[in-house]
Amino acid sequence: MKTDKIKLNKNFRENILTYGIVILAYIVIQIMIGTGNISSLMQGLLVPLCTYVILAVSLNLTVGILGELSLGHAGFMCVGAFAGAFFSKCMKDVITVGLLRFILAILIGGICAALIGFLIGMPVLRLKGDYLAIVTLAFGEIIKNVVNVLYIGKDSKGIHFSMKDSLSLGLEEEGEVIINGAQGITGTPKDSTFTIGIILILLTLFIVLNLINSRDGRAIMSIRDNLIAAESIGINVTKYKLMAFSVSAALAGVAGVLYSHNLNSLMATPKNFGYNMSIMILVFVVLGGIGNIRGSMIAAVVLTLLPELLRGLNNYRMLIYAIVLIIMMLFNWSPKLIELRKRFSPKRLLKKTREVQ
Amino acid sequence: MRNFKKVLSIALASAMAMALLSGCANGSNDSDASANDSAQTETGADNTQTETGADNTEAAESNNEASGADSEAAGGEVFKIGAIGPATGGAAVYGLAVQNGADLAIKEINEAGGINGVMIEYNFQDDELDNEKSVNAYNTLKDWGMQMLVGTTTSGCCIAVAAETKNDNMFQLTPSGSAVDILKDNDNVFQVCFTDPNQGIGAAEYIGANSVASKVAVIYDSSDVYSSGIYEKFAQEAANQPFEIVSAEAFTADNKTDFSVQLQKAKDAGAELVFLPIYYTEASLILTQANGMGYEPKFFGCDGLDGILNVENFDTALAEGVMLLTPFAADAEDEATKAFVSAYEAAYGDTPNQFAADAYDAVYIIKAAIEKSGAAPTDSVSDICEKLKAAMPELSVNGLTGEAMTWDTDGAVNKAPKAMEIVNGNYSLIQ
Repeated sequence: MKTDKIKLNKNFRENILTYGIVILAYIVIQIMIGTGNISSLMQGLLVPLCTYVILAVSLNLTVGILGELSLGHAGFMCVGAFAGAFFSKCMKDVITVGLLRFILAILIGGICAALIGFLIGMPVLRLKGDYLAIVTLAFGEIIKNVVNVLYIGKDSKGIHFSMKDSLSLGLEEEGEVIINGAQGITGTPKDSTFTIGIILILLTLFIVLNLINSRDGRAIMSIRDNLIAAESIGINVTKYKLMAFSVSAALAGVAGVLYSHNLNSLMATPKNFGYNMSIMILVFVVLGGIGNIRGSMIAAVVLTLLPELLRGLNNYRMLIYAIVLIIMMLFNWSPKLIELRKRFSPKRLLKKTREVQ
Repeated sequence: MRNFKKVLSIALASAMAMALLSGCANGSNDSDASANDSAQTETGADNTQTETGADNTEAAESNNEASGADSEAAGGEVFKIGAIGPATGGAAVYGLAVQNGADLAIKEINEAGGINGVMIEYNFQDDELDNEKSVNAYNTLKDWGMQMLVGTTTSGCCIAVAAETKNDNMFQLTPSGSAVDILKDNDNVFQVCFTDPNQGIGAAEYIGANSVASKVAVIYDSSDVYSSGIYEKFAQEAANQPFEIVSAEAFTADNKTDFSVQLQKAKDAGAELVFLPIYYTEASLILTQANGMGYEPKFFGCDGLDGILNVENFDTALAEGVMLLTPFAADAEDEATKAFVSAYEAAYGDTPNQFAADAYDAVYIIKAAIEKSGAAPTDSVSDICEKLKAAMPELSVNGLTGEAMTWDTDGAVNKAPKAMEIVNGNYSLIQ
């Protein structure tokens, strides 16, 4: 009984620390903004940082907790981004209260992404390991390409839809093309703010951390650790897999809404919603530690800031970025280096000095 | 093991130091650069780079440093012009062309004594053809103290950045961002190039008026704002013209190496002319593959086709007879173009394309606007923007990409399109 209590406390402490880091970062940044000590670049990066942190945390749920390698996370982000931006653009004149419209957009983006995640998850989660990775990769690309041929317009008669080009929408004169195929959505209201971003991060953490430490979360982790054992004790594998996958997709969708409301023009390019982005998010997770929520948050922040801070090096920054990435990976995960780090860790040195005394 | 750790810690420490340095590069620009260049103030600092100009990145880098030194020397008495474009990745050709074109114009102006005696500083930032990175690049330039923006190079990024410049009321002149959405609601943004609709309508009118063909096929890139924008207007205008579009086939950025399906459809539909509102890389493949299947229609393109003669491993004989609407051709015979091309080739070792010419013009347009409005470098960004905005519609500029260019208040340029035909491996103007 006593050991249980200690463990719970430890969990609780860990979670408080995670929330604390986010809140502390928020306070520090707010003070910096208040005193004018922050560059425009940093100020512009605040919302993207929130976006990537949410993405990293949500993917960690699939990769770290459920233990399935998903390479289609950017696809869910894409669904959320387009659903949210579509809603906001339609309702721009109807709902004039920015905050209310944005909250609704976030909900819609999250629900749409969860729905797509659920639909994709049903066939895909029957696969394991590499096969699952390949199929999710394919689905991510499919989502991006489908969005690229969507044409949706609005006029007095209602909503028009086409998959050919914007001319075949047959809009009236004053009609407005909302999603213009590969040209995406232009004129999304800029509703994303750093404060909302931080609140969303906290919400994401709340959902993910509570899920992990709940009965459902333990069931999900048991699937990860041993599928056969989990099945044998009567855990509904499909249900829990789908649950984790859809929650993860929904959170990615929320990140997508945040992303789309930070930029005036939203397009699904290979750069922002392609597999490059999926891999990027996976890198956040792997670098920060698979299953380590706090680590993936820090990795997301560091890896998003790094290329921007290296701008001074011009074209060499790509090279330096890659080298830093390799060094960080080695430093974090190479067994030899872990051994080394342990030998020279401050904790151990402290212990040693104490022993000497 | 201890040695290894030492090496590692040095490597990590240096990486961190670099990150730190670059982070505050705008504030405390390298003191050694200012020491080196202190002897050669303002104009001198820029001149020295012409010799080393062959290497783009190096030139740009030292340019940044030198410009930092300038600002310390002059204490705010300079105009700061920023530029944004893709300097890495697949579209780097365009970004680098803009970077060099603007660089060349600024060097020339500084050598000739600046704008109203005020020197110009220049800073170019890479956006990797990504909207988000483009906004980051813009914010970086803002930290640097930019007063006017020559950018961005590509349409998609330009829309995202235009929303930001509108917010800050910063004057923006895009050399090659051609989408209409760039100008919509943004009265601070002006264009040097034609808007996509103008190109599409211009092309359709040209084909109709000169009865080049009666059956037209279109192959366009549906994932590209530029290409699909032109195609839409072309298709709209084609309804009013004495020719019909018999096939319109799209491809996307992910799938742009094999065009045999699109060409076969055009051939089966009996198209006499294939309209290619795309960039030259894909166009060169289309020409090669059409030749391979024995299909010989007339090819017609827009300004994106400029540069097709310089594609590596492309048999330029295939491009013979290709017609394109472009505002600039490097082989034109007028004095201004000749001088620009030779100066550009000497400085960057490359033949300039239309993007370089647009950027070069953009800098001179800004110069003309500043001279007209009397904006001073000590004015705030917003004041400069207001003054230039008022001056732009009154301007008439003769540039490389058009004679007597004028602007509407909404930012669109008025200039005559030039139709070129490739004859004997050279662009020649069709009268």
